[in-house]
Amino acid sequence: MATATVPAVERENYLNKEYGVMSWLLTTDHKRIALLYLVSITFFFFIGGFFALLIRLELLTPAGDLMQADTYNKMFTMHGQVMVFFFLIPAVPAVLGNFLIPIMIGAKDLAFPRVNLLSWYLFIAGGAFMLYTILTGGVDTGWTFYTPLSTQFLDTHVVAAALAIFIAGFSSILTGLNFIVTIHRMRAPGMTWSRLPLFVWANYATAIIQVLGTPVLAITLMLVALERIFHLGIFNPQMGGDPLLFQHLFWFYSHPAVYIMILPGMGVVSEVVTAFARKRIFGYRFMALALIAIAVLGFLVWAHHMFIAGISLYAAMVFSLLSYFVAVPSAIKVFNWTSTMYRGSISYTTPMLYALGFIGLFTMGGLTGLFLAALGIDVHVTDTYFVIAHFHYIMVGGMVLAYMAGIHYWWPKMSGRMYPESWGRLAALIIFIGFNLTFFPQFILGYLGMPRRYWQYAPEFQVLNVLSTAGATILAVGYILPMIYLLWSMRYGKPAEANPWHAAGLEWMIESPPKTFNFDETPTVTWEAYNYDELNQEVPVER
Amino acid sequence: MFQNIPLWPARASNFAGNVDALYIFLLTLCGLMCLAIFTMITIFVIKYRRRPGVYAEQIEGSNALEFTWTFIPLGIFLCIFVWSSAIYFQQHTPPKDSAEVYTVAKQWMWKFQHVEGQREINELHVPVGRDVRMIMTSQDVIHSFYVPAFRIKQDVLPGRYTVAWFRATKPGVYHLFCAEYCGTMHSGMIGDVVVMEPKDYQAWASGGAPSGSLADTGQGLFQSLGCNTCHRLDTQGRGPNLTGVFGRPVLLDDGRTVTADENYVRESILNPGAKVVSGFKPIMPTFQGIVSDEQLNALVAYIKSLSQQPAGAAGTPNMSPPTSETPLSNR
Amino acid sequence: MSDSTPAVATHNPALQHHFSSMHQQMEASVMGMWVFLITEIMFFGGMFCGYMVYRYMHYGAWLAGSQHMDFWYGTVNTVVLLCSSLTMVLAVRSAQLGQRKMIVIFLLITILFGLAFLGIKAEEYYLHWQRAEFPGLHWDYSGPDPQGVSLFFSFYWAMTGFHALHMVIGIGLVSVITFQAWRGRYNSEYYNPVEISGLYWHFVDIVWIYLYPLLYLVSRKHF
Repeated sequence: MATATVPAVERENYLNKEYGVMSWLLTTDHKRIALLYLVSITFFFFIGGFFALLIRLELLTPAGDLMQADTYNKMFTMHGQVMVFFFLIPAVPAVLGNFLIPIMIGAKDLAFPRVNLLSWYLFIAGGAFMLYTILTGGVDTGWTFYTPLSTQFLDTHVVAAALAIFIAGFSSILTGLNFIVTIHRMRAPGMTWSRLPLFVWANYATAIIQVLGTPVLAITLMLVALERIFHLGIFNPQMGGDPLLFQHLFWFYSHPAVYIMILPGMGVVSEVVTAFARKRIFGYRFMALALIAIAVLGFLVWAHHMFIAGISLYAAMVFSLLSYFVAVPSAIKVFNWTSTMYRGSISYTTPMLYALGFIGLFTMGGLTGLFLAALGIDVHVTDTYFVIAHFHYIMVGGMVLAYMAGIHYWWPKMSGRMYPESWGRLAALIIFIGFNLTFFPQFILGYLGMPRRYWQYAPEFQVLNVLSTAGATILAVGYILPMIYLLWSMRYGKPAEANPWHAAGLEWMIESPPKTFNFDETPTVTWEAYNYDELNQEVPVER
Repeated sequence: MFQNIPLWPARASNFAGNVDALYIFLLTLCGLMCLAIFTMITIFVIKYRRRPGVYAEQIEGSNALEFTWTFIPLGIFLCIFVWSSAIYFQQHTPPKDSAEVYTVAKQWMWKFQHVEGQREINELHVPVGRDVRMIMTSQDVIHSFYVPAFRIKQDVLPGRYTVAWFRATKPGVYHLFCAEYCGTMHSGMIGDVVVMEPKDYQAWASGGAPSGSLADTGQGLFQSLGCNTCHRLDTQGRGPNLTGVFGRPVLLDDGRTVTADENYVRESILNPGAKVVSGFKPIMPTFQGIVSDEQLNALVAYIKSLSQQPAGAAGTPNMSPPTSETPLSNR
Repeated sequence: MSDSTPAVATHNPALQHHFSSMHQQMEASVMGMWVFLITEIMFFGGMFCGYMVYRYMHYGAWLAGSQHMDFWYGTVNTVVLLCSSLTMVLAVRSAQLGQRKMIVIFLLITILFGLAFLGIKAEEYYLHWQRAEFPGLHWDYSGPDPQGVSLFFSFYWAMTGFHALHMVIGIGLVSVITFQAWRGRYNSEYYNPVEISGLYWHFVDIVWIYLYPLLYLVSRKHF
């Protein structure tokens, strides 16, 4: 499997094997499906981002003067729904996971290639419903759909939005199912569980959550739809229903959902840090176990979103305690990544910059989770900008940065081209600065008492809001740059060799871009993950 | 400069100091943690940058380190848990003799009924130094009663009562915000909590000319709605005698025992068949749709007054140290 | 385990290109169906959870509501589904033995039982509607705790409704398999689709086995 001497763009690979729209729309090649997802989720990212920009513009002034209150309520609702269900949840698994998992385990494809394509079509169908909702007047329930507001008191497109998310959830379930069976059954000879890259472990843990949690969201949304259409009354207090039942059912999925969003990102960071420190990961077993621990414990903490909702004192204490437990494995991962860099050989490529940003910002976001798990403090800061800052630090500062790290790291493999490194680093820096300026002031706003989902706010909060909006515009610039230079690189970027980073992993042992069936011969694996001890001897450490 | 750019909320309740103390502790702890990790990463990234001819050292791991940085954080987290739970426990244990204010939240305003009879909309007057217990319900969707200066927040639900309590410690006017998204004018469902010196509060209270106390209004309703025809003060009625019932256990016909708290009384009026007292038939008609939330509050206040509970008026001082339990806490 | 050897000429035409052997393909598809069934358990689980919570809060109403169920319809339906699972298993067995005609016959009988179930359910729904037992839309109940009884019926409609929907999907799935069986696609070396359809069918049956006592038999003292 030596690097071919024929330039990548002329050799047959998965991109040029067949041309034509139908060869893409009817493909069962996991790599092509990954690119279909890449285009789709990027589209939704910019839609969600557009809503965010409108929100931040409105919040420049305390009065509601840019748009009407109802419009603003739709903005934050749809920003949340689009970003969570149509960007964050699919991003790393459906793009990078789809592309890489079969290759990383030495397989030709996922276990169920046609189900994979179906997953994408379901995503598109859900997306279509979402677009319909947006274009025909929107929905203003908040992404959390709390009853009885969503079931009895709003006449916007609640059912359409619920259907959109239901269908997209089905897509997520099928992706998870595919990954689980693939990782169990399709590993190449010698690829034991303890030799799997942590990226595979991370997607496996994520897939478990997707498969167990998403169906509960599905039934919950169905019940909301039934209540709106048939007036059943399961969540309606006037018919004896309990609005808290909705919250329990909703958060039973939606808390593990945040781990669906972050675990794949952690997998990416493990790959990137090892590659650019040229070292095996510190504490492989603990890192793999921590992923599983987060997935399992993540199912036990949902009611920490309900500390002031009217649950009993004792229930609250149980969930607070469990929330502290789930913080431990995340902390372990941060310590292990840091230790991996000790006595490494570190280069500052774009993916590494994003990974370093992830570690810093995820640490900050995660630590603020300790504040929220603290019952006495949560009473004051829940439902305020403190929570918004907390989850944006993890979702954007963590997850989006991890996604960018992964896209840049594997860009040569997926496209056969190198992206322009200095532009990459510049964009990373702009994103980092813009992000912090946007969201750090929100911690202060939260403790001051500014509630979330407020179209107008008390005047003394203005300065911090202006800072936040300024940051958002910088962040937007940072996001647009990769769009431009990555597209540019597909035509004009330097052709990539098989292993431009001299990194470990099966994906770097095949051509860039890979052939349709990945391997000429199924490999037999005899080495541990991150075998940089062997690689460092073969290849001089000099770039 | 910081007049116009506040960075810290005012402290105006008995909880504020405790909550702030824990918050500052966490800020320090997490700040130090961040500093430690960022410093280490910065040092490593510079000290171990790629140099020709220098290879990375392959280190598998260290069980000792792993256990250390598992159990030390866990230990610290448990301490935080205990400390914060203590605060939360305090926040959820209103003193027995607190003054009571019934609150009805609706899209998009706050309606307050003091037990002495004054009614307020979007403004809540309370005396400094007095325990106040808010007994709250919503007429429509979920709202949330949030006073940042007091560091308290409690969701207000349709169909049942939830409770929050505080003791204001500093006179002034403080923001009241709705903190659970409730529709179009969620951000307009705001008001003021006006904390007054006791004598100013007395002046305000007497100036209001209320039509009797809340319990008096309830008594009037009890008669006009015909409740007294079944719930007589002797044992001959078709319904139980309600004297002394509030706050005590009640045996139901299916063998369960429940405490007659505010939620029980409310449910018994709106859906009487759900819990039938042992020895009585399920013949009480429902009053759902017949009484408003404010009228329900008056009835609850009246039934409470039949149980020799302390008056609970804001104008009277605290009777005992705020340590005892209360009939209603959130279940 | 290379697949570029000349052994390609002898592999089963049903072997998909990304699998290295029929065994691997079969194990993967069975595992896939089991994982899918777990998601279905979680889906119904949300409703079962809600049911348990309200049953605890409104036990008297649950008792009363259950008395309003049509016991014989429910019981006959339970027997019908159990029989359909039997014929489904017999179909899988016939596939293992390579008996094309028997596969088709057993699958057709399974479909018939499924349709019978749906027909009886439709009649039940009609009766409930006539008696105004649909909360919100068509509701008239004058006993104690009407809110609790309304909740019971909400769960009845939602849970049996979703179950019926899964029956419809199951009948569709089995119909496709029947057609393929009739065309001779299955033999003793390759009958995987019959097997995993069987798994799905059994699952839908088991959901009903739980629904039946929870809805029809709540402390039922008389028929």
